Amino acid sequence: MGDMSELQQRELNLQGMGTSLLRKEDARFIRGQGSYVDDIKLPGMLFGAVVRSPYAHARIKSIDKSKALAAPGVVAVLTADDLKPVNLHWMPTLGGDVQAVLADKKVCFQMQEVAMVLGTDRYAAADGAALVEVDYEELPAIVDPKKSMDLDAVVIREDIADKTEVGHGPRTHPNHIFTWEAGDKAAADAAFASAEITVREEILNPRVHPCPLETCGCVASFNKATGYLTVYMTTQAPHLVRTVLAMLSGVAESKIRVVGGDIGGGFGNKVPVYPGYVVAIVASIVTGVPVKWIESRIDNISTTGFARDYHGVGELAADSQGRIKGLRFTALADHGAFNSHVSATKLPAGLFSICTGSYAIPNAYCRVDAVYTNKAPGGVAYRCSLRVTEAVYLIERMIDILALKLGIDKAEIRRRNFVKTEDFPYTTSLGWTLDSGNYEPALDKVLKACDYEGLRREQAARRADPNSETLMGIGLATFTEIVGAGPTKVCDILGIGLFDSCEIRVHPTGGVIARLGTMTQGQGHATTYAQIIATELGLPASDIVVEEGDTDKAPYGAGTWGSRSTPVSGAATAMAARKIKDKAKKIAAHLLEVAEGDLEWEIDRFKVKGNPSAAKTMKEICMVSHTSNIPAGMEQGLNAVSYYDPPNMTYPFGTYLCVVDVDKFTGVVHVRRFYALDDCGTRINPMVIEGQIHGGLTEAFAVAMGQQIPFDENGNHLGNSLMDYFLPTAMETPHWETDHTVTPCPHHPIGAKGVAESPHVGGIPCFSNAVIDAFSHLGVTHMDMPHNAWRVWKQCHALGIDKRP
Amino acid sequence: MANNHTVSFKLNGKPVDVSVEPRELLIHTLRERLAHTGPHIGCETSHCGACTVDLDGMSVKSCTVLTVQCDGSEMVTIEGLEQAGVLHALQQAFHEEHGLQCGYCTPGMITRAWRLLQENPDPSEQEIRYGIAGNLCRCTGYQNIVKAVQSAAKKLAAAKAASAAPAAAAAAEEATPAQQPVTA
Repeated sequence: MGDMSELQQRELNLQGMGTSLLRKEDARFIRGQGSYVDDIKLPGMLFGAVVRSPYAHARIKSIDKSKALAAPGVVAVLTADDLKPVNLHWMPTLGGDVQAVLADKKVCFQMQEVAMVLGTDRYAAADGAALVEVDYEELPAIVDPKKSMDLDAVVIREDIADKTEVGHGPRTHPNHIFTWEAGDKAAADAAFASAEITVREEILNPRVHPCPLETCGCVASFNKATGYLTVYMTTQAPHLVRTVLAMLSGVAESKIRVVGGDIGGGFGNKVPVYPGYVVAIVASIVTGVPVKWIESRIDNISTTGFARDYHGVGELAADSQGRIKGLRFTALADHGAFNSHVSATKLPAGLFSICTGSYAIPNAYCRVDAVYTNKAPGGVAYRCSLRVTEAVYLIERMIDILALKLGIDKAEIRRRNFVKTEDFPYTTSLGWTLDSGNYEPALDKVLKACDYEGLRREQAARRADPNSETLMGIGLATFTEIVGAGPTKVCDILGIGLFDSCEIRVHPTGGVIARLGTMTQGQGHATTYAQIIATELGLPASDIVVEEGDTDKAPYGAGTWGSRSTPVSGAATAMAARKIKDKAKKIAAHLLEVAEGDLEWEIDRFKVKGNPSAAKTMKEICMVSHTSNIPAGMEQGLNAVSYYDPPNMTYPFGTYLCVVDVDKFTGVVHVRRFYALDDCGTRINPMVIEGQIHGGLTEAFAVAMGQQIPFDENGNHLGNSLMDYFLPTAMETPHWETDHTVTPCPHHPIGAKGVAESPHVGGIPCFSNAVIDAFSHLGVTHMDMPHNAWRVWKQCHALGIDKRP
Repeated sequence: MANNHTVSFKLNGKPVDVSVEPRELLIHTLRERLAHTGPHIGCETSHCGACTVDLDGMSVKSCTVLTVQCDGSEMVTIEGLEQAGVLHALQQAFHEEHGLQCGYCTPGMITRAWRLLQENPDPSEQEIRYGIAGNLCRCTGYQNIVKAVQSAAKKLAAAKAASAAPAAAAAAEEATPAQQPVTA
């Protein structure tokens, strides 16, 4: 037995799992030395500017390039006609559909890509783009998805009008994309037929946008001499993109290098392949020089992957005690003009079927109908975990509505329906097996921390006071996430399973380089993966370098989205490290001349049991592994790679509580308090988790309180710039209180679950429930988001409570 | 480019001459001609502040300034805050308080906070939030940024007090270890 303080010191030196290790990434970012895509400058590089459609729906009669080509600094103007010879005027999407790269014959949404002008710099390219003359014939636009499948609805997608399916089963209308369902409809219907109480509500998740501070862009560089294509780009999934580029271009995948570099936030916006990337790549292949394309903020909000736009209908059936007996959720999904919905092939509505939430609901059925409209494509983005935002919003709103109908307290009704701790792993009636959970203690902890009883008493007193100028609302959300896509039997994209990977190489002197198939966009992977390795191998995190994003170097993986990095690559990291540790143990046994079974691991070394002075540190083993002094038949080196196919998803959970005060006369909502408890199992770096929570809650605040991408009846985008699109500053953003419990994931190598999207997923219903709760004593069961002052004032006005006495 | 103008200014203490069209935005001159790619572009409506630099003692959004307007001026960018290999207290504090994630808003945010703490060396939380309201961040939810500015303000005040009282300076130096540069 060693001295305890010495052991603690050795453990501390590692800065491994569980420590709030300061971030390795910061060193370059605080000095302005990050390397983001627009920082890249290559010899001869041209700049591409996109000509975009002013109409939501129109035929293109002709395109006149002549004036643009005559402008100084303009090198070329590319249109669909230039892409046709290489068959790239259309591209496949992750949703099984195709998307126009440059519009051919017609445009289907406003701001759609019509041409790209190549200039010697961005000013010349912009000048050229303004001089391209396009002759349009306007067509009627479909903006309301409820009108998409009208008998007389205009056909948006003439290119696939005669196709009976576009990737996900039969289509019943030219504007119908798919219908997907889960659960036992007959059983759910029977539960409703015999229920004591049923509630029903129409609940919209409005279209919003992830709006990362850095927009999308790339530098494509095709070397004509070698036939080798390098693309620096804002991508969350560089390996999948490389595969897609190989399929599209015919260039061998070994001759395509995609580099993620530093990415200024992704938030799901940077998973899909956008037309801008494809045109820049084609332009580089055609011209033989590098081509940079960087979109503007307005381009980004208007044309890249939006989030949500689910027109939901929720129904719950229950007994008089509020115990839920049945659930029927449907959603009309507005996917825009092309189905570029990011999801596993077999899951066209993502993981929406997690919508039974944290509750034991015996009978459930859900259905999603997706339709085309004259809007930009997208749907899955913005910390949604593949439609979990929509699922959690529906169940958390509906359980409030049920509580209201029965006169049961909103915390109490949740408690009555929770999946019990002892019932995990728990298989829901929609088929997901929740790994672990401890919901009731988490709820109790939050209620106590916020003095829930006291808050309800204060609210009752406020409601009893006729002179009160404000309404008080208390919002609760007790959510269950599903993250870590995913088991390859269920989850693939383009046929490629959603495993992920880690390759670890240990150097003779104990330095480590580790590369992964994921791609950070600020979540701190370079720090936290190093912490996993540090603890597994007993080598300090400071000597472990982590790299992602360069497809020539990193092992194949599906990228970072859906909070999948910790569940999948985090697992691969531990597994690869354990392979190294197994080999190191063999070397230690050889050196110490004992059997492997005689060794025990102590922080950073193998010790002989009962003989503590006989030990070999991992650092010593690193050097020996590169010599001839290793067991007979063993290869030199100390390296391993792991490709991890997860057995299940991870299911983190949380309890959030929000208190708001609503000004009756202006509709302004003030967030008085927001308390967020998250349980993501084993915590790798508490500091980094807290930062993820703060960011996600701020997004949730923005979505619930002000964000929206509306369209007018002609399909014009409204509010598609920061003039209107609500991004809170430090002034509007509430102060966050965070808390946690630890319920490890039993199937994960280190017990860790994903977490980064939880605050957005759980935060939105919590804010929304708080605002609506403020009106619940006045007979209001639901108000659609966003809860901005005008919309909340309209509710006050409708109730006649906005008049000053 | 017959229409080009030669503009001279001081960038992080060093004289610079550039030849630009009158329409060229300062952010593009900094990033594309002068290889100062720390300041970033996050919007085109002057809201986000990712491009914030310090121009003649003011925080300015360099996407909203023409380079030809800068003749004779003194400019500081994120690249100029580290002195002789020692990080500025704000850079150190953003690291220690986890005031950044993707790092895209960070150069503008720190450059703004640098001026804020000269305008108001002892700001309240509300004054900090108001003082950085021209700078948007998508990752942090601002809370750790506020903590970083508070932490830096304290350190700067302590350093100032120490330098004002030489006797106390030695004691302060003894009490706090020398600032280490942040490395990966």
